[in-house]
Amino acid sequence: MSFPLLTAVAALPAIGAVATAAVPAARRTAAKWLALAVSLATLVLAAVVAFRFDPGGDRYQLTESHTWIADFGVRYELGVDGIGVALIALTALLIPFVVLAGWHDADPLEGTEPDRRWRPTQGFFALILAVEAMVIISFAATDVFLFYVFFEAMLIPMYFLIGGFGDRAGARDEGEAAKQRSYAAVKFLLYNLAGGLVMLAAVIGLYAVTADQLGEGTFSLQAIVEARASGELTMAQNTERLLFLGFFLAFAVKAPLWPLHTWLPNAMGESTAPVAVLITAVVDKVGTFAMLRFCLGLFPEASAWATPVVLALALVSIVYGALLAIGQRDIKRLIAYASISHFGFIVLGIFAMTSQGQGGATLYMVNHGISTAALMLVAGFLISRRGSRLIADYGGVQKVAPVLAGTFLIGGLATLSLPGLAPFVSEFLVLVGTFTRYPAAGIVATFGIVLAALYVLVLYQRTMTGPVGPGVERMPDLRKRELAVVAPLIALLILLGVFPKPLTDIVNPAVEHTLSDVQKTDPDPEVEAAK
Amino acid sequence: METLIGLLVAAPLLGAAVLLCGGRRLDRTGHWIGTALAAASFLLGAVLFADMLGREAGDRTLSQHLFSWIPVGGFQADVAFRLDQLSMTFVLLITGVGTLIHVYSIGYMEHDERRRRFFGYLNLFLAAMLLLVLADNYLLLYAGWEGVGLASYLLIGFWQHKPSAATAAKKAFIVNRVGDIGLSIAIMIMFTTFGTFAFSPVLESVGETGEGTATAIGLMLLLAACGKSAQVPLQSWLGDAMEGPTPVSALIHAATMVTAGVYLIVRSGAIFDAAPTAQTAVVTVGAVTLLFGAIVGCAKDDIKKVLAGSTMSQIGYMVLAAGLGPIGYAFAIMHLVTHGFFKAGLFLGAGSVMHGMNDEVDMRRYGGLRKYMPITFATFGLGYLAIIGFPGLSGFFSKDKIIEAAFAKGGAEGWILGGAALLGAALTAFYMTRVMLMTFFGEERWRNAPTPSPKEPSVEPAAETGGEYEVPHPHESPKSMTVPMIVLAFGSVFAGGLFSWGEAFVHWLEPVVPFEHGHPPVSALTVTAATVVALLIGVGAAWLQYGRKPVPALAPRGSLLTRAARRDLLQDDFNHVVLVKPGEYLTRGLVYLDHKVVDGAVNGTAAAVGGLSGRSRRIQNGYARSYAVSMLGGAAVLVAATLLMRAV
Amino acid sequence: MNPVNYLYLAALLFTIGASGVLLRRNAIVVFMSVELMLNAANLALVAFSRLHGNLDGQIIAFFTMVVAAAEVVVGLAIIVTIFRSRHSASVDDASLMKL
Repeated sequence: MSFPLLTAVAALPAIGAVATAAVPAARRTAAKWLALAVSLATLVLAAVVAFRFDPGGDRYQLTESHTWIADFGVRYELGVDGIGVALIALTALLIPFVVLAGWHDADPLEGTEPDRRWRPTQGFFALILAVEAMVIISFAATDVFLFYVFFEAMLIPMYFLIGGFGDRAGARDEGEAAKQRSYAAVKFLLYNLAGGLVMLAAVIGLYAVTADQLGEGTFSLQAIVEARASGELTMAQNTERLLFLGFFLAFAVKAPLWPLHTWLPNAMGESTAPVAVLITAVVDKVGTFAMLRFCLGLFPEASAWATPVVLALALVSIVYGALLAIGQRDIKRLIAYASISHFGFIVLGIFAMTSQGQGGATLYMVNHGISTAALMLVAGFLISRRGSRLIADYGGVQKVAPVLAGTFLIGGLATLSLPGLAPFVSEFLVLVGTFTRYPAAGIVATFGIVLAALYVLVLYQRTMTGPVGPGVERMPDLRKRELAVVAPLIALLILLGVFPKPLTDIVNPAVEHTLSDVQKTDPDPEVEAAK
Repeated sequence: METLIGLLVAAPLLGAAVLLCGGRRLDRTGHWIGTALAAASFLLGAVLFADMLGREAGDRTLSQHLFSWIPVGGFQADVAFRLDQLSMTFVLLITGVGTLIHVYSIGYMEHDERRRRFFGYLNLFLAAMLLLVLADNYLLLYAGWEGVGLASYLLIGFWQHKPSAATAAKKAFIVNRVGDIGLSIAIMIMFTTFGTFAFSPVLESVGETGEGTATAIGLMLLLAACGKSAQVPLQSWLGDAMEGPTPVSALIHAATMVTAGVYLIVRSGAIFDAAPTAQTAVVTVGAVTLLFGAIVGCAKDDIKKVLAGSTMSQIGYMVLAAGLGPIGYAFAIMHLVTHGFFKAGLFLGAGSVMHGMNDEVDMRRYGGLRKYMPITFATFGLGYLAIIGFPGLSGFFSKDKIIEAAFAKGGAEGWILGGAALLGAALTAFYMTRVMLMTFFGEERWRNAPTPSPKEPSVEPAAETGGEYEVPHPHESPKSMTVPMIVLAFGSVFAGGLFSWGEAFVHWLEPVVPFEHGHPPVSALTVTAATVVALLIGVGAAWLQYGRKPVPALAPRGSLLTRAARRDLLQDDFNHVVLVKPGEYLTRGLVYLDHKVVDGAVNGTAAAVGGLSGRSRRIQNGYARSYAVSMLGGAAVLVAATLLMRAV
Repeated sequence: MNPVNYLYLAALLFTIGASGVLLRRNAIVVFMSVELMLNAANLALVAFSRLHGNLDGQIIAFFTMVVAAAEVVVGLAIIVTIFRSRHSASVDDASLMKL
């Protein structure tokens, strides 16, 4: 039996979380370094996973399978395809930056001496690592029940991260801020729990269907897909559609798709910038990832049935999110609405059912993670300097802090998908993939690129250019630690924008498999051009 | 030789990276690094040009495949270059004029503390522009296309502390993005139709698809060209783009970037040839813009804005020529090159005037400057003669050919287009003569303090001088600025003649850009005569108004048309009413809707559940006796129910 | 004597007990009323046992007595504790689940 690599990738941050939480109150800094070391070690392990993964090999690799709850056919089954590898790599990559960017976010307020038992700093970093572990398991799980457990469990640490460690800079008055924060945290939890509950019903329904037809119930994704392919397992049309809706609803809340999006601006606005990155760049990706893996894999016919509605919702998300981003007065909420627009693109790509669309959607998940992290973390640095999230409180930052403004601009340009930066590759693939099958949808989505330019440049203009605003005069430029967070992210954005081939090579075969699950092939060109 | 192509792009790209990441330690040497790398790129271009001349006409296309960029399924985008006669022409123009403008900027930006960054942006622009013209597929062209948009954004907004500059930069980027939609959709249609978007396979097999598809692609490409080349209806950004430093206006907003739309149309000639409807749209856009720009140019008092209107108008000529098909393509490119020389020269001259006049741009505050800046006067004058099409100078050859080709279009269409082009020539002569007279001749109006006018904020005394008027001391610019102007003046004078010598330019391009002789309904000589007459009428009218009479230092109210033209023919008012305001209302409405309706539905559900539980909580009052009553009642109901069931 | 009369008596006692529980505030009285209801039930059980001629009812009655005894022990202890802390034996005063 080979070394359980995937378990190790998830177990390492989990153990790290416990260890970080156990650091004594007085040794706060040690806890930070421990968390950073653990996240970096996880990154190394994730890199090993990426290198051990053979794009030309089996669909699921590095598989592990153990009985967990024998009575209900629940197994501890892990395995990754190219999509999973890409997203595990993204998660492992972003966490060190999240830790580093949040270095001082959970320090006790100045002037207050922490008592010996209350250890917020340790808790903050332990919770981040716990989220990392759960997200990685979710990306690796090939057992529906196992996935469900961690899909829901990650809400708990996220709830505490949002509600417990708010954006101090935005606190006009601590009581009001705490109220807003707990509202945001409860909203996040309730939204996602409601979605998860519906999914639980569908998970049980799925078990009932398999138990009924295969004689023995199973949650194994591979077993179910194989049984469906061989005709052993057939679902009645209505059953399949209902089960699909149950799964899809949960993922659409997490993704989030219009009109289930309203928790995201609250959660991202009230939490600290690193936690906001954790929400939108890491946790939300589980939703779109699961659409690709579970909705399409388990319910191909129902997916095809729902496609028109899902595409319409995705288009609404793209345009609606962008328009609302233009109308925001709060920097972090603006980025949140921009993310809603981007999630629209991801869902559009997934349900376009072409290799460009789905490959683009997978790249989009990775690229959006990196670009939003860059933009949001710089925004966080900016906000921590001035102590306000309102766009109107800034102006002329470019003059006093040129590096900060420059990195903010690059993050913004990535968000508006400038060619040469990574998001362009994925956005264009999604657009082309959609256009080949649904030209009208492709054209509507293209308008998103103008709106994106509008909200990014308006934000940049109002905060960074013009005469130096009050309260901005003495703003320091990026510090070394902050530069260490932003510079690698920007380098990655450029690298993946110019040479995304290593990533597409890993993702392409997995997308082909997914397309064969739903029995779709790319439309042929009208004229076979002389190549 | 092929391997050198990549280096063409790499040299300025390296410069941009070094200058932008290098930090303050490069402040002293940065401009030299930038200029050296631009010059290196030009030398590489010259080497490649020499090599190209040494080969057979049919064997001059070089290509270089660097690496596979985005491979997903049938979608194969490569980073690959193609250097043929058309792109060679652009490479020389871009790197040549680019290097001159780098040199000019050394002097012009000498006192700017952010000069290093300025050169970084200029290098970035060169790299993106070269990528645009060297790409061998539409997606890579798109990358360069947006790259020049970014460089243009950064350079227009270079003086970001001025809100007007920041706004102008944003406007330019966003209007360009609207055009970019066209290019994206064109690429998508190409991929859907041909399964590829590389130049050769698409252009070779465009005949196999229907005219509808070709028209759709053509119109989308035209939209893209309108955005980049400031053609109606996406013209509104160019005037505001003059907020950038003058060398930027010369390089990006006159000589190179704005002509990218013409390059795109000529490069995609095969598509337009297969789509007559799209061609009609192209010539219409060209004709409308050439008049639009010229009319705006006649009314502006800001020297750079006049030149901006003129640029728009001249590109209108090129677009018009490109829309005429094989009878016009080569002339569009020829006019593009000669325009690159004289317009860059004119802008640099304007910059030199501003440099000597405390950055004043209002021509009503100029006058009689020829004594003080003789070199600027001479070079600007040659550029002036070239742009109005004075016989023998560059502009004459290229513009005359376009007017001829417009008549050769045939039928009523030919007469309308030819007439528009002739009218444009007269207007060009008018507004350029006006610039010359107001700037270099007449009284020295700058000696007196400006009279403030409540209606025209541009002529109010500069705020930074605290209301005290400081009389400028006009002087000639340093050598680093005058030398590029002299070189460009040479180009303005001789390029046209050289290109037309035995139709050299047309034959040079012919292997890649198809050419046919146009046959105008009247003889070519008549057209030329008409052009010269139009030119004389324009010059004469301007002299009557601005040469014979003194120029008022304060703009007169003017006719309705003048006032409209001063406001850029109401383009911004139109956009404001039709796009900006409704957009603002829509956004605000949606923000309200999201809060009240979408979020409200959720919060409403929460409130309903809360209210329901509040009601039901009252039953649980804690009194043991009330619980006993409910138990008794429940038991009684159960017994009654049981009995009833029995009975039934 | 007709055993049905015992049932009437049981019903009467139960009613008295129930009214006591519902109407009186004193915990001791309420408690005694509960006992009364239990014993009414016992009486009914025994009467039914006699009517049907088997011993099931009487056996259940024994169970009830044991439960009632246990209840008295626990219930009285609670009442005494409440009385000690509140100096009142009114059931309405103890409407919150805390002292």
